[in-house]
Amino acid sequence: MSKNTKHVPVQHIIGFLLSIVLTLLAVWAALGSNLPVAWIIIAIMALAIIQAGIQLFMFMHMTESSSGGGHVPWNMMFHGFVLAAIIVAGSLFTMSFGFHHDHGSHTDHQEESSHQHD
Amino acid sequence: MQLDEFFVTGEPLIYGGMVSIVLVTSAIIFLLTYLKRWGWLWREWLTTVDHKKIGIMYILSALAMLFRGGVDALMMRVQLAFPNMNFLNSQHYNEIFTTHGTVMIIFMAMPFLVGLMNIIVPLQIGARDFAFPFVNAVSFWSFFFGAMLFNISFVIGGSPDAGWTSYTPLAGAALSPGPGQNFYLMGLQLAGIGTLATGINLMVTILKMRAPGMKMFDMPIFTWSTLVTSFIIIFAFPILTVALALLTIDRIFGSQFFTLTGEGMPMMWANLFWMWGHPEVYIVILPAFGIFSEIIATFARKQLFGYKAMVWSMILIAGLSFLVWVHHFFTMGAGALVNSVFSVSTMLIAVPTGVKIFNWLATLYKSRIQMTTAMMWSLAFIPSFVIGGVTGVMLGMAAADYQFHNSYFLIAHFHYVLIAGTVFACFAGLVYWYPKMFGHKLNERIGKHSFWWFLIGFHVCFFPQYFVGLDGMPRRVFAILPEWMPLNVISTVGAFGMGVGFVIFVYNIYYSYRYSKREEKGDAWDGRTLEWATPTPVPFYNFATLPEINGRDAFLSMKKNNETTFDEERLEPIHMPSNTGQPIIMMAILAFASFALVFEWIGLAVIGLIGTLIMMGIRSFDYDDGYHVEVDEIKKIERSARGL
Ligand code: HEM
Ligand SMILES: [Cu+2]
Repeated sequence: MSKNTKHVPVQHIIGFLLSIVLTLLAVWAALGSNLPVAWIIIAIMALAIIQAGIQLFMFMHMTESSSGGGHVPWNMMFHGFVLAAIIVAGSLFTMSFGFHHDHGSHTDHQEESSHQHD
Repeated sequence: MQLDEFFVTGEPLIYGGMVSIVLVTSAIIFLLTYLKRWGWLWREWLTTVDHKKIGIMYILSALAMLFRGGVDALMMRVQLAFPNMNFLNSQHYNEIFTTHGTVMIIFMAMPFLVGLMNIIVPLQIGARDFAFPFVNAVSFWSFFFGAMLFNISFVIGGSPDAGWTSYTPLAGAALSPGPGQNFYLMGLQLAGIGTLATGINLMVTILKMRAPGMKMFDMPIFTWSTLVTSFIIIFAFPILTVALALLTIDRIFGSQFFTLTGEGMPMMWANLFWMWGHPEVYIVILPAFGIFSEIIATFARKQLFGYKAMVWSMILIAGLSFLVWVHHFFTMGAGALVNSVFSVSTMLIAVPTGVKIFNWLATLYKSRIQMTTAMMWSLAFIPSFVIGGVTGVMLGMAAADYQFHNSYFLIAHFHYVLIAGTVFACFAGLVYWYPKMFGHKLNERIGKHSFWWFLIGFHVCFFPQYFVGLDGMPRRVFAILPEWMPLNVISTVGAFGMGVGFVIFVYNIYYSYRYSKREEKGDAWDGRTLEWATPTPVPFYNFATLPEINGRDAFLSMKKNNETTFDEERLEPIHMPSNTGQPIIMMAILAFASFALVFEWIGLAVIGLIGTLIMMGIRSFDYDDGYHVEVDEIKKIERSARGL
């Protein structure tokens, strides 16, 4: 009665391993490398974009043609971008209008950390 | 670590809790062994992938959580009734308002609604199960273990005490050392996996598995509300996941995202939390709107007025819900421009909500209303919710909010929307769909008693809180001033009234199980939508056959055309998924890893994570494609269910 379809999901395994490797790379970039901060940020961004590509092509059937491109989740991708924009722009907007982040002045810092210690 | 650091010691109430946990657990184990039900439990429930059974497990757990959160609430109300009460000390009070809020929102309201969606949505759209039944089981167990992990905190390790909003820097490692806050982080993270997966699962199910001919704008309104909700879940929950992960890394591995020292930004937590948190409140109210719409249309015996307007207003609410989060921290010190922008966007939400209120009223207008219990919950919802909504708009005015914020005025507001909206909807939906789930109705007379106790108790409890809030009583205080006493006493009386209502509700489940007339047909309320077309009890494959759907209220036209979901001519073997123990095992291992992480036992946590990965690997190479139900068997099942 039950029929079995055996086939090893090669794409998924490669995608999974690649995702792990890329994540470890990002961790190393942030913690282990001695790159300047700007480069760390750029590197992490680049790795993230590659990750997203892997997700879309190796897991989300982007390239399957069975339904004439119907597998490309345009709608969700569009909303994903809108939401990312809201999060980033919205956070900048709310967090930088009216707040003062005085991380620059050294005296402040010292005071804070000496509080921590006693 | 010493044993007396592991267990919470020194509190009589908590010793009582421990004793009752031990007693209840041993009673359950004894009963299962005595009645030889272990095998049954494992085969029929723990390993099931049937959306109806998973839904029932969600609802049972949610009722248990409602009980737990309710006991928390009553303890708070006792402490707040009189000045100088010594029932709870300040630490214990902090822990209780934290667990109360978290349990009610994350482990009661959402699972209750998800449970109803689980059972009803596939039936409403003519599907045989979820798109991903295995994932559905994983979701349930992740919620279940997340809830257990969170709840165990009050006897092991100590409960979180920084509020359900867990604001940093208070919730950070410096000011809240120990496992308490980690329980919050890991419990929510674990349950969040399930919520996100359910959102995806429901969305795919609704988009891809509708009955032949059912167009989007033919879908029952509860299914529409579920679709919109799953959209919000998919876009809001990742924000929570990231925020929780960052705070976890802060607390356990010493990073500085939300700390006061280093380059941390404590306010970023509030920002991220409410970017999820505000959509979250719509996640728990939109399904409630859907439930009320179904019930009102059924018992007003009319088509829902303004169906399209209802759908579009939900979509609009969903979109706006991502644009208002700052109204939760108007007083945090952002400038006038920021506050004004979010003040306006907040007030805008009242517009689509108002549209819905008027549509319900128009549906009721000149109809012949049947006063069933489910309908009474729905009718009571409308005015009660309006009070909550109007005061919400008051809170939305940034300048005025400087007065209202963190006072009991706010507490009254969100209980008016959450209880009159979500909780009433859970009760109404459970009563309404009960015959479909269990094959008999809940007793109407007892149901109405429980309704009146709960409704009156609710208003007596929370209406005075608006005024005591305006008198200056802040939230999250464990002692009141004498001048606030009269209103607080009234409030406490009301809270116990709600408690009585809840007890009667649960008693009604037992009473009806014993004495209610069993349903013979599937159509208990002369319904309009497809779920009522199935026989009761619903066969595990739901629909033997389905007619071509054209138009809304599909079952209404089926009844007119004498069609059923059992057309012997068109029977074909049905493909069903097999039961599996993998989801519960996988999530139990992940729960173990989370528990280890709560106590910062990194080695054990890694072992648990590896175990989870192994389980995922096993699943990836699992080639069980399910089985087929043969035509003869379908005939047998349908004939006996339909008394043919
Ligand atoms: C018997 C019914 C209930 C009573 C008597 C009750 C009472 C209370 C009280 C007294 C507080 C204030 C604690 C404080 O800040 O000092 C509170 C907070 C809260 N309640 Fe309820 N409640 C009830 C039901 C519910 C339900 C059904 C929900 C959700 C669906 C809910 C969600 C919350 C939330 C989110 C908070 C805020 C917790 C916090 O700020 O940390 N409550 N409740
Ligand atoms: Cu809000």
